[in-house]
Amino acid sequence: MSRRLLFLLPLVTLALMAGFFAWSLLAGRDPASIGSVLVGRPAPRLDVKALRDGEPPLTDGLLKTGKPTIVNFFASWCTPCLAEHPLFARLAERDGAVIIGIAWKNKPEEARAWLKRLGDPYKFAGADLEGRAGLDWGLSGVPETYLIDGQGIVRRHFRGPITERDVNETILPFLKGGK
Amino acid sequence: MKRLFVLVVALLFAMPAFAVEPSEMLPNPALEARARDIGRALRCVVCQNQSIDDSAAEVARDMRRAVRERLAAGDRDEQVFAYMVARYGDYVLLKPPFKAGTWVLWLGGPLVLVVAGSALLFAARRRRKIPIVPPQPLSDEERRRLDALLKP
Repeated sequence: MSRRLLFLLPLVTLALMAGFFAWSLLAGRDPASIGSVLVGRPAPRLDVKALRDGEPPLTDGLLKTGKPTIVNFFASWCTPCLAEHPLFARLAERDGAVIIGIAWKNKPEEARAWLKRLGDPYKFAGADLEGRAGLDWGLSGVPETYLIDGQGIVRRHFRGPITERDVNETILPFLKGGK
Repeated sequence: MKRLFVLVVALLFAMPAFAVEPSEMLPNPALEARARDIGRALRCVVCQNQSIDDSAAEVARDMRRAVRERLAAGDRDEQVFAYMVARYGDYVLLKPPFKAGTWVLWLGGPLVLVVAGSALLFAARRRRKIPIVPPQPLSDEERRRLDALLKP
C-alpha cells in the first residue's frame, strides 16, 4: 500500500508546481521587482541645489511641514517622465498638491527648458546632477515618485511613471487623508 | 604552433572586463581591492543579475562611487553593505542573507539531499533484510512435466 502511495509523489510534485506557477501568474508576482525599503520609514536626507536660479537649496525641512508632499525625480531626457508630466501639472493646479521635483542627472539648463516648455508643476525644484540624492533615496532610475506624509514618513514609492489610476486610487486619497 | 601557444597563454592571463573605469579607482590599492570585492557582491538595481562592477548603467556607476566614498571615509565592509541595503534593500545583495524569508533558499537544497538520501538508504536496508533462500527442488510431478516439455 505505502509503495503504491509513493507513485503519487510525482503527481503531487506536479500539482504543487502548477499551483505555484498559477499563483505567480494570477497574483501579479514580479520576481524582477526591486520593491522599496523606504516605505514606512522617515524620508531620506534631502540636500540638493535649487534648479531655478535664485532659490534656496532644498533641505529636510520641506518634508516635515504637517502637509503631505509628493517627491518626484525626473529628467528632461526621460520619455516616461514626459508621459506622466501632465498628471503632475493637474495635481498641482487642480488639487493643490505640494510637489517637489528633482532633476536627476540632468543639466539644469535642459531641465529648466523642459519645464518651461511643458509647464512647471513643482513648488520646489532641485538639481541632482551627480545622482547623489538619487542614491540616498534608493532610486533605480527616473521617473520615480514618493508620497511623504506630514510627519516626513514615506508612505508610497512608485518606480516608473505614475498613471491616471495611481492618481485616482492612491495619490488623491493620500493627499486628502494624509495617509 | 607557436602562435597557438601565445594565444593560449594570452587567454590564460586574460582578465574579465569590468565596467570600472580607471578614473573611478581609488589611489590606494588596498582600498580599491576591497571596493572590487564589494562591487562584485552588489547587484545592479536596473540590470537584474549583473554586479555593479560588471554593469555600465548610470546607477551602477553611482553605486561604485558611493562604495569608494564610504571606504575612503573609513567604513568597514559590513558598513558599506549596510549603507546599500538601507537604500535598496536585500535586493542589492547578490548573496542573499540568511533569515526567515530566505531559509527555504538556503536550506531547501540540503534538505532535499537529506530526505532523498535517507529514503535511498532506507530502501537499500530493507532490501538487504529480505533473506535469500535457495529455491525449492522440483517435485516429481514438476520434473516429469519439464522432461516432457524439453523432449523434442
